[in-house]
Amino acid sequence: MKGAARLLLLAAVLAGALLLSVRLGAVRLGTREVVDALRGAGDPATVAIVRRLRVPRSLLAALVGGALAASGACFQALLRNPLAEPYVLGVSGGAAVGAVGVIVLGASAASGTVAVAAFAGAALSIILVLRLAASAGRTLDTRVLLLAGVVAGAFFNACILLVLTFSDAESFRAALFWMMGSFSGATWREIGLLALAGGPALAVLMALARPLNLLSIGEETAAYLGVRTERVKLAAYGTASLLTAASVAVSGVIGFVGLVIPHVVRMLWGPDHRFLIPASVLLGAAFLVLADVLARTVAAPVELPIGVVTAFVGVPFFIWLLRRRGV
Amino acid sequence: MSGWRCAGLTHRYPESTHPAVRDLSVEIPAGATTAVLGPNGSGKSTLLRLLLGVLTPTAGTVEFGDKPVARWGREALARAVGVVPQGEETVFPISVREMVAMGRYPHLGPWRREGDEDRRAVEDAMRRCDVWDLAARTVPTLSGGERQRARVARALAQQAPTLALDEPTAALDVAHEMAIFELLRDLGHAGKTVLLVTHSLNLAARYADRLVLLDHGHVAAEGTPAQVLTRETVERVYGWPVEIVRHPGPGPDTGAPQVVPLSGEQCVRMAHPREDFHAA
Repeated sequence: MKGAARLLLLAAVLAGALLLSVRLGAVRLGTREVVDALRGAGDPATVAIVRRLRVPRSLLAALVGGALAASGACFQALLRNPLAEPYVLGVSGGAAVGAVGVIVLGASAASGTVAVAAFAGAALSIILVLRLAASAGRTLDTRVLLLAGVVAGAFFNACILLVLTFSDAESFRAALFWMMGSFSGATWREIGLLALAGGPALAVLMALARPLNLLSIGEETAAYLGVRTERVKLAAYGTASLLTAASVAVSGVIGFVGLVIPHVVRMLWGPDHRFLIPASVLLGAAFLVLADVLARTVAAPVELPIGVVTAFVGVPFFIWLLRRRGV
Repeated sequence: MSGWRCAGLTHRYPESTHPAVRDLSVEIPAGATTAVLGPNGSGKSTLLRLLLGVLTPTAGTVEFGDKPVARWGREALARAVGVVPQGEETVFPISVREMVAMGRYPHLGPWRREGDEDRRAVEDAMRRCDVWDLAARTVPTLSGGERQRARVARALAQQAPTLALDEPTAALDVAHEMAIFELLRDLGHAGKTVLLVTHSLNLAARYADRLVLLDHGHVAAEGTPAQVLTRETVERVYGWPVEIVRHPGPGPDTGAPQVVPLSGEQCVRMAHPREDFHAA
């Protein structure tokens, strides 16, 4: 069971990343202190830091990283395009329109409002892009889907710029920070909601794993091998989009994870989606947790945007991997 | 054992003014090797897609076995017909073994693990197509001939009683082309129903039991190779002067009709030369 052993290894890496993430920060903690604090023992301030700040933040980073990586792997297979990533079909643009709109309108004191607006915007964009792509014919042509998504994304960007043009400096800044993505406001409620959406979504993606394998060698071939392609495409589009929408709603737009993590897994262990999807979830989670540690600690007390860290760490690694494999 | 029967079959692509297939009735019998021939654009691939249920006819009916092809579920049809479609491109570099093993999908579905029976089917198919030694290679590194053999192996791994192939030897050299046709003959002798679309009139004449010659979306001639490949019919359909000779042998194909295209100046003796060629 090579696959199972590799997944266990990745799970151990994720556990290590989570522990490191809870230990490091403005106040450094030992493993002993962390364990005590989790049980509610020891210094009340430490307990508060661990339970209210560090653990929620680390878990949210893990969930978002896993969701984005799984979503990216799914989009790459669905669109038969290695450059596909979670935001390629405009979900992030739709979410940003919702979030920025609410921020600029000033109803933003409660972060819950922004998240709800972002999710609503994302959901609308998912339906809009599907309608655009599917009205062109009875079957869902993934090339048309890609075009529709890119066009919708460009339109959403224009909307955001328009809204920002008429915003004051303070909300401009707040909107920009939201778009750069952050885990700083992590709450248990967000974690619960994301886990609630992510669990079933992962189950659906696992059921789609083998059909996605077949789809990636060609849609017609997949149909001849017994795949109900229209159903699989719709399910893959819907599930991957919802994962992205939920992630963006709670943490803003965090780039790079969804593009690169599936490629890393594929280069190391091959393109079988039955392994690729769970491995991407674990590796994506560990990667984003560690990236968040760097974002918090490198330039403390200034906190770097998480997207900057994912790109600065991920790009050189990706280039190294490409070179090594001579692809 | 299942064959196809279609009646009054018409299909027009949405973006096109002329139907690709019109009012076509034909029977593809079980237990035989049938080759579908015809000029470019005569509707061969469209007919194959209609027979395989990935296109829905504008009018007419297609029956496979005892029921309309549309009523077969995709998985059930994949257990009954193995298909080698025209060229496909893998996006990610899967291994040859992985690609052939995809032929087990109709038996396994999304969840079930590969068992001994599946592994045996995959290995048998790969040995039969002479790609067992390539198992660990990735598909993009294969030559055209190797890739085509691997795709035939995938269709064989489906262990379906019927095999359908769309121009399986396009772009192959003569030895690889012959190897594929010899393999098809073996499969036919082993009792499989084989349906193939090809441009190779002479190999079809040698290796198929029945020919269906298409022209402008309908059947111009059907029957045994000797019935279909007459000078008059071939010249009428292809619009080029030909001579029909007999395969000199030795071997099982001795005496099969073989089409020899003549030089263009012979166009003048044809009753209805194709104007586009004639003018040139």
